[in-house]
Parts: sequence; structure tokens; C-alpha cells
Amino acid sequence: MSLLEVTDLRIRYARQGRVRAALRREPHDFEAVSGVSFRIDAGQTLGLVGESGSGKSTIARTLIGLKKPASGSIRFDGQEISAASRRDWARLRRQMSMMWQDPVGSLSPRLTVGSLVTEPLRIHGMTGDRAEAERLLGLVGLPAEYISRYPHQLSGGQARRVGVARALALDPKLLIADEPTAGLDMSVQGEVLNLLNEVQKRTGVAVLVITHNLNLVRHVTDRMAIMYLGRFVEEGPTDRIFDHSHHPYTAALLSANPEPDPDARGARVTLSGEVPSPVNRPSGCDFHPRCPWSRPECGKTVPDWVPEGDRGHRCMFPL
Amino acid sequence: MSTQSTAAPADDTLLAVEGLSVDFETPRGTIHALRDIDLTVPKGKVLGIVGESGCGKSTLAYSLIGLLAENARVASGAIRMGDHDLARLAPSAWRDLRGTRIAMIFQDPMTALNPVTTIGQQMLDIQYRDRIGRNAKRARAIEFLEQVQIPDAASKLAAYPHQLSGGMRQRVCIAMALLTQPDLLIADEPTTALDATLEMQIVALLRDLQRKFGCSVVFVSHHLGTVAELCDDVAVMYAGEVVERGTARALFHDPQHPYTQALLDCDPARIKVATRTLPTIPGTLPDLRQPPAGCAFRARCPRSWGRCERDHPPLYPGAAGQRVRCHLSDPAEDAA
Repeated sequence: MSLLEVTDLRIRYARQGRVRAALRREPHDFEAVSGVSFRIDAGQTLGLVGESGSGKSTIARTLIGLKKPASGSIRFDGQEISAASRRDWARLRRQMSMMWQDPVGSLSPRLTVGSLVTEPLRIHGMTGDRAEAERLLGLVGLPAEYISRYPHQLSGGQARRVGVARALALDPKLLIADEPTAGLDMSVQGEVLNLLNEVQKRTGVAVLVITHNLNLVRHVTDRMAIMYLGRFVEEGPTDRIFDHSHHPYTAALLSANPEPDPDARGARVTLSGEVPSPVNRPSGCDFHPRCPWSRPECGKTVPDWVPEGDRGHRCMFPL
Repeated sequence: MSTQSTAAPADDTLLAVEGLSVDFETPRGTIHALRDIDLTVPKGKVLGIVGESGCGKSTLAYSLIGLLAENARVASGAIRMGDHDLARLAPSAWRDLRGTRIAMIFQDPMTALNPVTTIGQQMLDIQYRDRIGRNAKRARAIEFLEQVQIPDAASKLAAYPHQLSGGMRQRVCIAMALLTQPDLLIADEPTTALDATLEMQIVALLRDLQRKFGCSVVFVSHHLGTVAELCDDVAVMYAGEVVERGTARALFHDPQHPYTQALLDCDPARIKVATRTLPTIPGTLPDLRQPPAGCAFRARCPRSWGRCERDHPPLYPGAAGQRVRCHLSDPAEDAA
């Protein structure tokens, strides 16, 4: 049994200008996530990849109970949680934790590092004493003297480590990391990813990494899912997708973060146009207006999910 | 001061930075943000400036267009462009250069555009120097929006910045910068705020437009992939100094400075085999209030030795024609 099993998840948001939409008899909301299914086993890492507006952070917010799904099922540790009550959530949030995107912004500037890392323990009625703070800082490789420092005295990489320590304080079963390396320098990115890998090896926590950076996914995840406009376009074992991607959007993303080599210029899948809005979806395949390989059929039929062994994609003419 | 020849710039040089040092006065002391920078921007070429946060790459870019913060002071050196020394230009002289010969694209296209004015009005305003009619200016604005591949350009003139996506806004900023037909275009991390696939689109657009208009570009970025894609020459900065400069091919294929090598090693795009342990550069930047006496990278360098602590390395000639600020490239070390 998987630790987390999501089936046909749909998440809707209210539209802006609802009065005008009502007068025009247009729908008053839109689907930001349309029928997403995936699972994460204990100790496994799944990467959720997509660009702004693809719905990946919406999935994270729903998994942690900050947004109610419109339909679909979310089973966590054998229990259906898509309609969990507030009281259920108080217990569930001890088992799932979140590493927020903005490392400094998610830390209160008025608390010391010591009280920041033990705050989750106090909220859940446990004692977060100095020994516990030292243990948590040790887990993320920060020296004990950081206990009395304030967030503004930390570098980006150190703030990220404090974020990891906070997320691990309650010994969760699932860690959700939203853009864990955004805004970090290349030399520090590796540090945070190595830390995540190390922590996972030691604690056996399952990790969901949300990112737009495919190169990051390659080095930390077992499986990956690529999202476009609220749907998965491809999902499978990370190494096999890197070996050979079936969906043109995956191929475009892969070549958008190329090996720096001045001799390989222009040898890329460069997309034209921009990501359409989920309020106003294109007909047929969501990706066809930007796809370099699109055919007339692509504008007419919405492609089905094509399972292929332990992976799958959503393209009628896979690469 | 400068170890480079400070002869008059050759004909194919648009701009030459000679021994430039910039300090910031802060309550906690003077920060020596740029130290002895020597660079040339050739006519019609793209110079990339690479480095991590705090290395001084944005300070350098802002000094080229005279937009340094109030507490900044040019301690020494010169920035020569034609007969001008941009490092010591009076504000009135800057007004004649900015927006005519030098233009800039900023990192965040949302804050670079005025949120309460339409795109069209902003594109007319930037042509205030041109003595042509309003309709002619409007036609030029549409022409340049088409150059940056904005669909249905005429209708976009009535749009406000918030009605456009991030990629569209950055295209508008590029169109506005090129409208003034500058000799030098400075782009400070123009794709950092954009998604990955858009980033490559904007880089490809910049490359095409640079060829079409023939201007020189200074492209500041921490993303090595985009720099390799766009730039003819590259300068790598560390702790306020240029540690290596040369052609893009030399730097990416045959990096000589240990920092350049480490930076390239850290780029996950270059690591072909999936690994759970990624390379990092241990240690932190030196305190730029008291720059170290010897080599600035010494404390983090895996190959440093006694000399690195004593002598500050000059820019030695490197194996592939580049210049390298590292004693390992000193011909005398080989002879010894």
C-alpha cells in the first residue's frame, strides 16, 4: 500500500469578475487541476514539475489541507483525507509537513532559530527544549550556536536548512518541498539537495518535490510527473523519462535547461507562444498551440492518458 | 593599479572598463564591492558577466549606466566610451547618454514598467527626443512590438502592464530598450523571473535582435546555460573581481580558474549521470569590508598553497587565450 494515493483529483478556483461572468452565463469558477492521479510509497521521492500556473503548488496546498478539492480521492496512510475535519487535520499535520518556497519569508523575523525549529513541537503540545533544538539543528548540519540567531542573520542556504529542520521536527511521514532551491546560487543548491537526500536516507520520510527545474528532479527523485495546465502530460521513473521522453512538452522542458556549451547553440526544442490560461483552455490537446510536432487531430480531440508499464503520457503522437 | 595596458581603446572596442573600483559606504564600514575591474565590450558583440550573488555583477552593470546607489563611490579607474569617462560623468551628461546610446533591461519586468500607464503611452514617452509626429511614434512603437514577436501588437498599446504575462512584459521592456537604438544594451538577469521554456525563448529573441540591430550587449546572469547560448565573450566574477575572462568557448570548454571550474561542476545540467551527491563549493564569500590580502578565492580553493595567501594574483594569460587571476596560470610557476 502506498503512503499517499491520489485518484482523479480535481481542484477548482473562483474566477475574478464573478458577477460579470454570471450575467454572461459563463461558469463562475475554473479547474486549476483536472483529474490528476499519482502515488508515493514510503521512503520514495516524487518530483512534480511544471511552469507557473500548471497547478503544482495547488496540489501541494490541497494535500496539506489548505484548499478543498472539488472531487477525487486523497488517501494518506490508508485513510481518506479529502474531506477531513479540522480536528482530523490537527493530527494529520503532524504526519505531513511542508517546506515553503520563500525560505526567509516563511520564518518569523522575531523568533530565534531555536524557537523556530521547536515551534511545531510546542504547537502540538510537546516540549521543545534546547536539547531538542540542538538535535534538530544537528540533523540539518547547523552548529548549535545558531540557536540564538535571528532569520535576518542567516544566508539563503542556512535559512533553507532551518526550513528543513522545522519540517522534520514532528518526524513526519511525508515532506512536501515547494521549490526547495529557488533563489539559491548553484553552489548552494547542491548543498540543500544533498541535505534532502541525506535526511531521507536517515529518516525514511517520503518526499514530494515541487519544482520547475528538471535538472534538480533528476538528482533527487525516484519518479517524476510533468504538469501542463492542470494535467499530467507524462509520469514515470525519473531515469527513464530522462533517457527518452514521450511527450513533446517534456522534451521542450528538458532542452530548456541545457548543458552550457557554446557549440551546442540552437540545437534545442524552442517553444513559441506562452502557457495558456486554464480559464480559457485550447481545444483538443492543451499543448497543441505550442507544440512543434502538432498535427490537425491534436486540435480536435483531448488525448487520453496512455499507460505504458510503469510510466505513462498524454500524447497521441508520442516521441 | 591596473595590470592591463590602458592604451586608448582600439576601433572595434565600444566600451573599456579600466581598473574600476567601486566602494559602498555603509554604517558598518566601507564595502569594496568592485576591485580593479578590467573589461572591454567589443562593438556588436555580447559580453556575459557570470557569478553568484554578491559577486558584484549587478554593481558592475549599474555602474555602466550610471545608476549606482547613492552610497556608492567610484574609488578609482575609468569606464571609457568614445571620449566619455562614464565613471566620472556629470548628471546632465548622463541624461544625454542614457536612453540614446546606452539602454537597460531590468530583472523584473513588472516593476520596470509603470503600472498606471498603458504600454502605448510608455512607448511614446521613451521617444520624447525624436522630432516626429505622434502617429509616426505610434507606428514605430507597433513596429518594435512586432520585432519582439508580440502578437496583435497594435491592440497591445492600450493594455496596462498587469494585463500582460511576465514573458510579454519582458518583451515590451526589450522593445522599449531597442526603440532608442542604443550602441550598448545592458541586460541584468533579464530571464531570471521567467519560466524555463520562456527563458530560452527570450534568449533566442535577444540573440536574433542583437544580430539584426548590431548593438553590443552586456548580459548579466547566474545561469550558465543562457550565457553559453548567447554570449561571445564571458567574464567570471568572484567577490568583486574578474577572476577569468575570455571567449565563451574557452571558458566553457577549458576553464582555468579553480572557481570557474567549480562553478561549472556545480551546474546540474552538466552532470550527465544521476547522482544523489551533488558537488558544492564549501565555505562562504570573504568579507568585502576587508578583502583578503592574497587571492580572494583562496579559502575555498581546493588547490591553494602558500603563495595564494601572500600575493594577489594578476590576470595571467590562460591556455585557451583567456585571462586568469590564479597563480596556477603563472608561467613562472611552470618554470620553477
